[in-house]
Order: sequence, then structure tokens, then C-alpha cells
Amino acid sequence: MKYTIKNARMLDGAVVDIEIANGVIANIGNGINSGEIIDAASNLVIPGLVDLHTHLREPGREDSETVETGSAAAAKGGFTAISAMANTFPVADTAGVVEQVFRLGQEAGLCDVFPIGAVTSGLEGKKLAELGAMANSKAQVRIFSDDGKCVSDPLLMRRALEYVKTFNGIIAQHAQEPALTVGSQMNEGIVSSKLGLTGWPAVAEEAIIARDILLAEHVGSRLHICHLTTAGGVDLVRFAKSRGISVTAEVTPHHLLLTDELVANYDPVFKVNPPLRTENDVIALRKGLADGTIDIVGTDHAPHPTEDKDCEWQSAAFGMVGLETALSVVVKAMIETNLMNWEDLVDRMSIAPARIAGYSKHGQNVAKGSPANLTIIDTAATWIVDRNRLASKSKNTPFAGMTMPTQVRHTFLNGQLVLKDSQIVQKSNGGSN
Amino acid sequence: MDKHLLSINDLSASEAIQILNTASELSKISDGPMKKLPTLRGRTVVNLFFEDSTRTRISFESAAKRLSADVINFSAKGSSVSKGESLKDTAQTLQAMGADAVVIRHGASGAAQRLADSGWISACVINAGDGTHEHPTQALLDAYTIRSKFPDLTENFNGLKVAIVGDILHSRVARSNVLLLTKLGAKVTLVAPPTLIPVGISNWPVEVSYDLDQAIKNVDVVMMLRVQSERMAASFFPSEREYSRGYGLDLARLNSLNSSTIVMHPGPMNRGLEISAESADSHKSVVLAQVANGVLIRMAVLYQLLGGAALTGEVSA
Repeated sequence: MKYTIKNARMLDGAVVDIEIANGVIANIGNGINSGEIIDAASNLVIPGLVDLHTHLREPGREDSETVETGSAAAAKGGFTAISAMANTFPVADTAGVVEQVFRLGQEAGLCDVFPIGAVTSGLEGKKLAELGAMANSKAQVRIFSDDGKCVSDPLLMRRALEYVKTFNGIIAQHAQEPALTVGSQMNEGIVSSKLGLTGWPAVAEEAIIARDILLAEHVGSRLHICHLTTAGGVDLVRFAKSRGISVTAEVTPHHLLLTDELVANYDPVFKVNPPLRTENDVIALRKGLADGTIDIVGTDHAPHPTEDKDCEWQSAAFGMVGLETALSVVVKAMIETNLMNWEDLVDRMSIAPARIAGYSKHGQNVAKGSPANLTIIDTAATWIVDRNRLASKSKNTPFAGMTMPTQVRHTFLNGQLVLKDSQIVQKSNGGSN
Repeated sequence: MDKHLLSINDLSASEAIQILNTASELSKISDGPMKKLPTLRGRTVVNLFFEDSTRTRISFESAAKRLSADVINFSAKGSSVSKGESLKDTAQTLQAMGADAVVIRHGASGAAQRLADSGWISACVINAGDGTHEHPTQALLDAYTIRSKFPDLTENFNGLKVAIVGDILHSRVARSNVLLLTKLGAKVTLVAPPTLIPVGISNWPVEVSYDLDQAIKNVDVVMMLRVQSERMAASFFPSEREYSRGYGLDLARLNSLNSSTIVMHPGPMNRGLEISAESADSHKSVVLAQVANGVLIRMAVLYQLLGGAALTGEVSA
């Protein structure tokens, strides 16, 4: 399938035609008219977004999301690669499960789905999962994480960091000291004291980050900190980088925009782990992302069925969906505030995550010969988040009703048009919706 | 107070005083030969209790019955609390049964507000204690009890000094009392070991002390809170004896109080832990008055939420 994207605006402002053939960018120039024509109407073309933190729920919780519905949400959000977290049922702790998820992603064909393997068997934090088998499987797992749970045993964490060096793997840590967060419901601070909800203190995150950057330094391994949420955590990562420690860090869109004040009405749509923090933390996270201390944005897309949120706070599940709002939220938090420009955004949401994970066909500059993983976005458009119009099977977005900047128009995956005019292209009828 | 009483924050100072005044009026009736008013005849009040609390349930039941309401006691404990649908399903069941008011006691903070906000039910919601959040009718009955002992306090509590002692962190009684007493102008000092004081307290309109002997000098009210022994297992304090020595109201501390100072406790008391038998049974203790006043306050709240005609002249029915 050949395409020509007409009138695409590059990051440098040039408006060009982009010819796509055999999965790569065949040519960039003017006056190209080969294959199916997609008129970009002077909208911005950027490399497809890459998410290193996605919960797809399949296998096991197909009532909340499947690889296919999650892939559709990703394509609508401008993502061409997502990384499926391991906390499924069964847990993705064997070659068999990660290969299954990888294959489901290929079959859905809307987004490249790269499975993340569990660090420990059954996410139990007791013994290492078969990391090598997952690395050598067809899924070629390179990121390992017990996300949802912390690898809290320091010796096991050390061993994991060391062990994955053989295949250049990386441990992505969910930094949460369990003993400091028993029964935790929200950020511990002024708001929790008023609401009578058990606090999740910042120190529970920072203590693990501090420990793990020192472990990573000691054994010379790569460490990735998932969903950083605290000002103190940003300082610790900045310190680690200044020491030359091989650490990368991630922040979610929701932690860049929302604060714990939103918990005041006990609406569980704002219940998430790690929790929404204070305005001071939000400011520090934005600054950290802008100056590169925080390397990437990761969605922590966490679908939950209605009944898991339609209840009292304490009984509700932790998590928010985020794939379809991520780009807009980052634009709102970082570009509309003049903290970052579009080049920075492309780095934090595509180039850097692809580099960290080794997704070689993603996060490449829009240039002749690059893989055609692209998204075309209308930076002038605004839209209102309607939970019933999400492609995700779950509707637990905290942004419902908010007016958002920037809309994703078209997404190309490995040279195929998977999103056209903001609608998923159905494969069965040959490329139009 | 609009339609619900979920938090003391739902009340202005004058609305709170009005509830106290209504309770005063109702007390005159209760002291008379005809205790029952026809005000809520034909209305249905449901006591929805997800936690055991015989005292609070009986108090609300008694209040509703004295106003001639039909009362349904719905004990949902055990069936439900772990899974959230049950609150929704229960609420919708009560809606279908035509409840006019739901008095809810629940172990989860915010459960009353969820019930009121969710659209599951159109009844008035009265919070009878939600987790470690609030217990607004307890604070109102405490204020009523204080006012009855300090008759100078009519429209506000300016100048009143109150010490609230004990497990502030886990106490819904403390949260509601802090909000109400400070709203009415009282000066409140919270006394507890630092482990039982919430992080974030600096934002509360109170003083904090770790020294009970110092804090109860020259206060008008000493309010002791129940301390649960499971807190000890979680290392909030080393032992019951050490807690009792530091934060228990024993005879020596009782004797150090001013002659007019009153001792309060929301019950049930752990005699020998946070309060000694001598203190609990002394003439300074107003614990039983608190219980009696609880019925009046709950009558006043039901009366104002479910609406009735002006109070005067209704006694004749």
C-alpha cells in the first residue's frame, strides 16, 4: 500500500508531501501524488507516539480492555507503539504469556504492542520470573516491571538489575514502599487530613527511588522509574543523573495536570496509584520534564469497568484511562504553559521512550528512509472529552467534560493508515472507514 | 444545610445555632407528658448501618419515632462492605421503597457523600459517621451539651476553650467537632501523641499539644476520644499503660481542672484507658447528658431536613 501525505507541516515549519511505500518514508518533497492521497491540510506530522506504560488487561480482564480495544485507543491517541504491563491474569511472567500478548497486538494491527515482563513470578516479589526466556521469546522483552506492585525486597531488586544486563534489559520500578502505604487511599497531606482518607506519603515513593538509584549505581545497571509523582522524587533523579547513574524516569499526563484537591468530593474517578499530589509537586514534575530530568511521558493507561468506580472511594479501583487524552494533556500542561516546545514534546513522547526501550522502528525523525510510524495532529483544534466516545473499553477518564487542545487526525503504523480523520480504519474494507 | 447533612461544612454558624435552638424547643416537649410530635407522620426514615453502632442507631430511631416517622432499620453489615456495588444496590433498593431520609453509617470515608452525589437515590442523606471522616450529629449534640452547661453561650462560643484528647487521626468525632466548635468561635486544642495527629494538621484552625497536663490548664471542656487497642498493635503507641499515663484522664488530672470545667466522651468509653472510672463517673462528666441530647439533636436535624411547619403550637396533636 502506497500513500502520499499532502501538505504536511514538519517541526521546522516546512510544508511538504511525504510518500510512504513498503513501510518506510520513500520520499519527502513537493508535488508528490502516488498511491492513496491523505491531505494533511498543513497539520503537523510527527513520529508516532510511544508509551512505555500501558495496561491492556488481556489476558484475564477482557471486561475492562482487550489488546484490540487498547490498540484502537492508542491509534486514536497518536501512538504507534505501546508497552503492555505484566499485571494480567495470568501474570505475564513466562514466555508463553508475553508471546500471546505480542501476537494479539500483531493481529489487532492498530499499534505495535510490546509486552513488558514481570520481574518476579506472579508479581509476588519472592523470586525472579524467567527473564531470559521472555527476552529470548518472539516478544523479545526488554522491559521488566512488577508495576502495580513495588519490587520492595532490596536484594531481589539488586539481582534483577544485575541479571537483565545480559540482554541489555531494564527494570521499571513502581516505587512504593509497601510498609509505608498499607491501606493508602490518597496523597498524605492537608487534603487527606480533612477527608479522613488514609495517606500515601511522598516519602514512600522517594525512599524506594533513593534506594534503587544507589543499587543501580552499585551494580552498573539500567533503572527506569515509573510514574514519578513527587517534587522530592524529581530531585533524587536529578541527583542520580548528575552522578552519571543510568536512570530514566517517567511522568504520567494526569500527574502533570491534576492535584489531590480533586479528591474532595470522593469521586473515585480521581483515585489512582500513585495518587494525585499537590500543586507544588505538579510544578516540580513539569519543570523536571521540561529540563529533561524526567525523560518521558508514560500514560499508565489503566482501564477499569464501571462497577469498579461506581462505589464508595475506599472500595474503588485505582487507575485512569489515558491513551486518548495523553497528547492533549501534555500540550495543555507543557506547551500552553510555554515550558516546552513541540520538539521537546516529540522527544519526551516518542524519541526518548523508543530509545529507552529499544523500539528501533519507532521514535525516528520524519525523514526519508525512516519507518513510516507517524501521526498527524491538528494543533489548532480543540475537543471536549466525552467518556462515551472513547475507543477504550473502559470509561474511567478524569478529564471528562474538559476542553482539550490538539486533535489527532491520522496515524500510520508501519506504512499502513490505521487512523483516518480521527476514526479507526477498519481492515476488512481495505483502508477506508 | 440544603438537602443533606454530610459534613459540618454543610452548615453555616447560624444554621448550626438554629439546630441547637430547635433542639432546645424540642426538649421542652420531651419534658412534657406528650413526647411524640406528628410532624413526620407518613414519612419514612431508613437507618442504613454498614457498621455496628447500637447507640447511634437507637438514637436516630428514637428521634424519628418521636417525630412520628416510619422507621426501617437496615443493617447491611457483613453483606457488603468489601464490594462497592452493594452501596449502590442498597441505595437503589431504598429508593424503590420510597425512603424520605437515609441515615447512613459506613466504614468508608466519603460514603455518605457518594450516596448523596451519585444520583442513586433522591432521599435526604444524613451522615451518621463515615469512616474516619465526620460524624456531624455527634458534634451538634456535643455543642448542644456544652451550651446547656455554659448558659452564657447563646449565639456563639466565643471565648470557650476546648481540649480534644486522643486518637485525632482516626476520629470522625474530632473532625466534626473541630469544624463546628471553631465555626462557632471556640478555641480548640488537640492533644495526642504525634503518631495520632494527622500530617497536614497545620492547616486546621487549632492548636496542637503533646502535653495533656499543660493543655488542660484553664480549659472549659475536656473531650476525651475513644482509643482502640488495635492502634497499639500498629505501633501508634507502645502500650496501653504508656498511653494511659500520658493521655488518660485520671483522678489527678480530673482534680486539676477548673471547677466549672466539664468532661465529655462520645462513648463507648474504655474505662482505665483514656478515662478513669473516677473521671467518667464524676460530677464533671456530662456523658449521659450527651446521650440524651443526641436524640434531641437528631430530632432537630430530621425536622429541619424533612421540613415541618413552625414548631410552636404543634404540641397539641
